[in-house]
Amino acid sequence: MTTNSNSADWQTEDVTSIVNAMQHEPGALLPILHALQDKLGYIPPESLPLVADGLNLSRAEVHGVVSFYHYFRSTPPGNHTIQICRAESCQAMGSRALESHVKQALKIDYHQTTSDGDITLEPVYCLGNCACSPAIRIGAVVHANVDTDKFDQLLATLRTQVLAVQ
Amino acid sequence: MNSNPSHIIYVPRDTTAVSLGADAIATTIETIAKQKQLPLQVVRNGSRGLYWLEPMLEIQTERGRVAYGPMTTADLDQFMAQECWLENENHPRYLGLTEEIPYLKNQQRLTFARVGITDPLAVDSYCAHDGFAGLRQALEDSPQQIVTTVTDSGLRGRGGAAFPTGIKWQTVLNTPADQKYIVCNADEGDSGTYADRMLMESDPLCLIEGMTIAGLAVGASVGFIYLREEYRLAEQVLNQAIKVATDNNYLGNNILDSGQTFTIEVRLGAGAYICGEETALLESLEGKRGMVRAKPPLPAITGLWGQPTVINNVISLASVPIILSKGASYYKDFGMGRSRGTLPFQLAGNIRQAGLVELAFGPSLNTLLQNFGGGTRTGRPMKAVQVGGPLGAYLPLDQWDTELDYEAFATIDAVLGHGGIVAFDDTVDMGQQARFSMEFCVIESCGKCTPCRIGSTRGVEVIDKIRAGDEAANNTLLLEDLCETMTHGSLCAMGGMTPIPVLSALKYFPEDFNSSTINVST
Repeated sequence: MTTNSNSADWQTEDVTSIVNAMQHEPGALLPILHALQDKLGYIPPESLPLVADGLNLSRAEVHGVVSFYHYFRSTPPGNHTIQICRAESCQAMGSRALESHVKQALKIDYHQTTSDGDITLEPVYCLGNCACSPAIRIGAVVHANVDTDKFDQLLATLRTQVLAVQ
Repeated sequence: MNSNPSHIIYVPRDTTAVSLGADAIATTIETIAKQKQLPLQVVRNGSRGLYWLEPMLEIQTERGRVAYGPMTTADLDQFMAQECWLENENHPRYLGLTEEIPYLKNQQRLTFARVGITDPLAVDSYCAHDGFAGLRQALEDSPQQIVTTVTDSGLRGRGGAAFPTGIKWQTVLNTPADQKYIVCNADEGDSGTYADRMLMESDPLCLIEGMTIAGLAVGASVGFIYLREEYRLAEQVLNQAIKVATDNNYLGNNILDSGQTFTIEVRLGAGAYICGEETALLESLEGKRGMVRAKPPLPAITGLWGQPTVINNVISLASVPIILSKGASYYKDFGMGRSRGTLPFQLAGNIRQAGLVELAFGPSLNTLLQNFGGGTRTGRPMKAVQVGGPLGAYLPLDQWDTELDYEAFATIDAVLGHGGIVAFDDTVDMGQQARFSMEFCVIESCGKCTPCRIGSTRGVEVIDKIRAGDEAANNTLLLEDLCETMTHGSLCAMGGMTPIPVLSALKYFPEDFNSSTINVST
């Protein structure tokens, strides 16, 4: 089995330490996948055999689970992930216009990352913030009443953060 | 420290309040109080659910709590400069006594009685507001007595299916097994609903109490809360609350020295709407793809890891403590017909006064939309209202006098569901909404049943053809036929109920499907 991750941004131990710590919990697969994504930002396809081994599952079973859930991703995200709510309550307050504006502003579609690797755009179906639609989430932070102007401000703040880091 | 008594300022810690700036307000107050050595203490309560007034601050006065909101940074400067924690009617955001705000005063809060009042993580405050009274009663009752009380209360599943909770519990109680489970369905995926989130963030101990009572009732020692990934603040609060409850002997190996055991673990979903369906949820908890199971066997007999399992929605479980503490008849006296008790309705979308309204079943939909909601937020005429989430019907004006009652809604081919109500103004294109319902089913179908997996894709295509004027009459017949196949040929509500919003849009707003009167944009 090839578990060598020489060119990758993660080490075998990153995965095995999580698997070893959680493998005996009942229904451990989702908690393990969450822990992996929390740590690495995504679930590297090359890590699946390690997970499968630890849980006595086939690699196909693990892949099946990773690919079933919208939240789990198999490629690294950008520095920031922006999720736009596409569900009805936000539609009623103009989220369709917001979606087009965001895609144009970032020059990407859903499930894509800007060419500078900065921002990943994802749809989400309800953030439970329906009293103040439209809602978006940047990382773990939910923002309310997001019109195109407010989005531009939020985006400007994000871009400034990156510059400051660089 | 100073000798002045400390004044408490309540600043909600709730996703919506925080999304409107509540954290920054709390930090600012604390910083200024420290700098100027003001006798102030910030308490992070839950939200009252008057969301159009958030961020809403409250202060304690001799007459009761007084509110200010919605607060902006400028309002906060004035609040601090004018020492409004001593009550100042002249502040532009002064709202008077919180309990006298008509939106709140006209509600019947049973399940949400403590929400927004208490610090969600303070056991003493929880107990001072009747918390754990239901659990204490349950510890005195036999399992059968608890189940009978829940059955007699008339409580029906608040997740949407409205199945009698007591009957589920009775089945689990009657099924012998070494291990049984209580599973809380906190995968609140319906757009326009946030009651579960609000309760978990604002009164998590109530859910913990309800689950513990369920455990005592059916003989289950382990509980899981299956929480959607999108609710990260709720995750934090629940885990903190579980720890607090365990430290105070309300959870764990010897609950209140009764010798009874019950533990709770929070498990995160991963962004799959279908996992709100109970059997898909169980699959997901077991670490699999969220594929729907055929029923029977019922989860109550063969549930999580094949064991008898109570699986209930957050609000169902959180309604149990008050039923146990005040009795079945107290709860049952609210409501109408076979819909007993209260439902926390959630006003969302294009509505001026969006928020949570807990009412006994019975008033009309219009009461909510007009008396509470106050019309649309955009000020334009309201055209359609979707009740009960993405699988609920779109209703036009002439249906809004329908009583809020499970059976009354069923007679107009609609559902109350989880009580979410999304309003749309007259700019909405109902053909586009119908198309989205099918598209949503394409994205979220688990893929098990062909009518749902393939039918939804065909549904999108057929709606596009109708709206493009491509054999519109024939394709409309085809759409209706497809909807019938989906309704009857799907195992669960995903495929089975997607036709509800589609057909209601087609029935009530046919002009929005007519190529000569619409600008097709998909």
